[in-house]
Amino acid sequence: MLCSSGWGDDNVKGQSIIETEKLTKRYGDQTAVNALDLQILEGEVFGFLGPNGAGKTTTLLMFLGLTEPTSGKVQVCGFDPKRDPLRVKEKVGYLPENVGFYDDMNARDNLQYVARLNRIPDEISAPRIDTWLKEVGLNEEAEKKVGIYSKGMRQRLGIAEVMIKEPRLIFLDEPTIGLDPDGTNRMLDLIHALSRDKNITVFLSSHLLDQVQRICDRVGIMIKGNLVAVGSIQELAKDKLGVDKERYTLEEIYMRYFKEA
Amino acid sequence: MEDHFSSTRFLLISALIVMVGIIIAAMVGMGIQEETKGLAKPTLLFLLLFTSTGKLFSFVQFIGFFGPLIGIILGFDSINRERVSRTLSKLVAQPIYRDSIINAKFLTGVVTISIVLVAIILIISGLGIRLVGVVPGWEEIWRLVIYLIASILYISFWLGISILFSVVFRSTATSALASLALWIFFSFFVSLGAGVLSDAVAPVSQSSSGIDPQVLLKHERIQSTISLFSPMTLYSEATSTILDPMRKTTRSLILMGPLERLSLTRFQSPLPLLQSITIVLPHLVSLVAITFLCFGICYLFFMRQEIRTV
Repeated sequence: MLCSSGWGDDNVKGQSIIETEKLTKRYGDQTAVNALDLQILEGEVFGFLGPNGAGKTTTLLMFLGLTEPTSGKVQVCGFDPKRDPLRVKEKVGYLPENVGFYDDMNARDNLQYVARLNRIPDEISAPRIDTWLKEVGLNEEAEKKVGIYSKGMRQRLGIAEVMIKEPRLIFLDEPTIGLDPDGTNRMLDLIHALSRDKNITVFLSSHLLDQVQRICDRVGIMIKGNLVAVGSIQELAKDKLGVDKERYTLEEIYMRYFKEA
Repeated sequence: MEDHFSSTRFLLISALIVMVGIIIAAMVGMGIQEETKGLAKPTLLFLLLFTSTGKLFSFVQFIGFFGPLIGIILGFDSINRERVSRTLSKLVAQPIYRDSIINAKFLTGVVTISIVLVAIILIISGLGIRLVGVVPGWEEIWRLVIYLIASILYISFWLGISILFSVVFRSTATSALASLALWIFFSFFVSLGAGVLSDAVAPVSQSSSGIDPQVLLKHERIQSTISLFSPMTLYSEATSTILDPMRKTTRSLILMGPLERLSLTRFQSPLPLLQSITIVLPHLVSLVAITFLCFGICYLFFMRQEIRTV
């Protein structure tokens, strides 16, 4: 019902929207990402897991063309972020960890500024901003300066900001870190709704496993730059914990991989 | 990015400068009125509004000394504030070229500087016309325009320096202090150092046979060459020549040949505009060069920086 046009052709799940082949990034003699082979399908919610410093953010930055890969290939939305960063950034929304806003402007002006950077005319962006402020539950605080916002409100404003350009794919870097339980729930519901209602592909990096388990279709586990497992949670459970086991948590699976690595 | 005009900081500094401008105009204007009482109208009286020192200092001296501060204030936190508030990583994720961020920072700064300077010069001219009652001629207006361009370049150079520091240093306080340190270095230490160094290389001794002209010449030459490394010297020599048509060279009297000196005393008339321009052209070109050089370095640094270290 919201902004139903603009999202373009109704892509069915199954086509890949990100594809990497032996994607590698080295800083000096340290390997941050080692020969990553990954496919993300259109419309899915993909959880990218791993301990701090595993190379999750570096991978995200390579997807956006903000960091040059040392070797390997990557395609995002059909474009090479190395050679066509602007085309990729037009189609992809990125919410960095602990996103910042211009604190002396109100929420609406912050969103309008980003819309202008995306060359969206004001008359098109104004209704979109209203819609998304309502969607993330900030329409009553829209005229307040962002400086007084709580962490949860800022994070939700971040989602609205990412959605202003109507992306096909969004990258969320630790979207729930530092939020209280209520804020976390609202955030997760919001992310789930985006994927369900708008068929947006969500690529989410996190190390909060119970949350990932709640909303992700598939997960990938990255440890020390290597992707050690990829698949749906059931598949991974079958692999690591045995089929017959009734109750499992992502945490058990994850710890199993973590100890092996 | 166009937040310069609304920030409190900027309002304060421009209020201060406008105030100083008015005080100078009033001071100088009344001084001129008294001095020229009963005299026929001297040529190029209007420019005296800007160059006459009045009771304390002239407008030109004021801009030469405090102009860099405007540039520094406009630029010192332009990049690292975005870094600290974590908006930089968001900006680079938008479909804009990365260099448009740094270009916009510099260009909006230059536009801001230009507007402030034009406003002050108009205020002083307006007050001057009221108080002194002299209307500027075309030549005077052209000289003022050249002065304006030189001043914009000069302050933009400092804007570039402070943006460079804001790219290099993570903390806004560090970049502010670094810019201020450089400003103090150029305004005091370069001229001081020039004096010391030229004394060391070619000491002028007060011997019984008087001063050796050869040594004196060398001394002066070294001193002025070193001073030229300071943008402050470049700027003040250029502007004082352009605004004071009686000055025919940027060199000191000692460095001139005897014939040159002779002609200078014989022909006490103002220099035509074109001749003044010819004299200061090297200075202006150097100002342009250092401003662009400074911005170029800044641009390179910014483009090569890893965004992930935000």
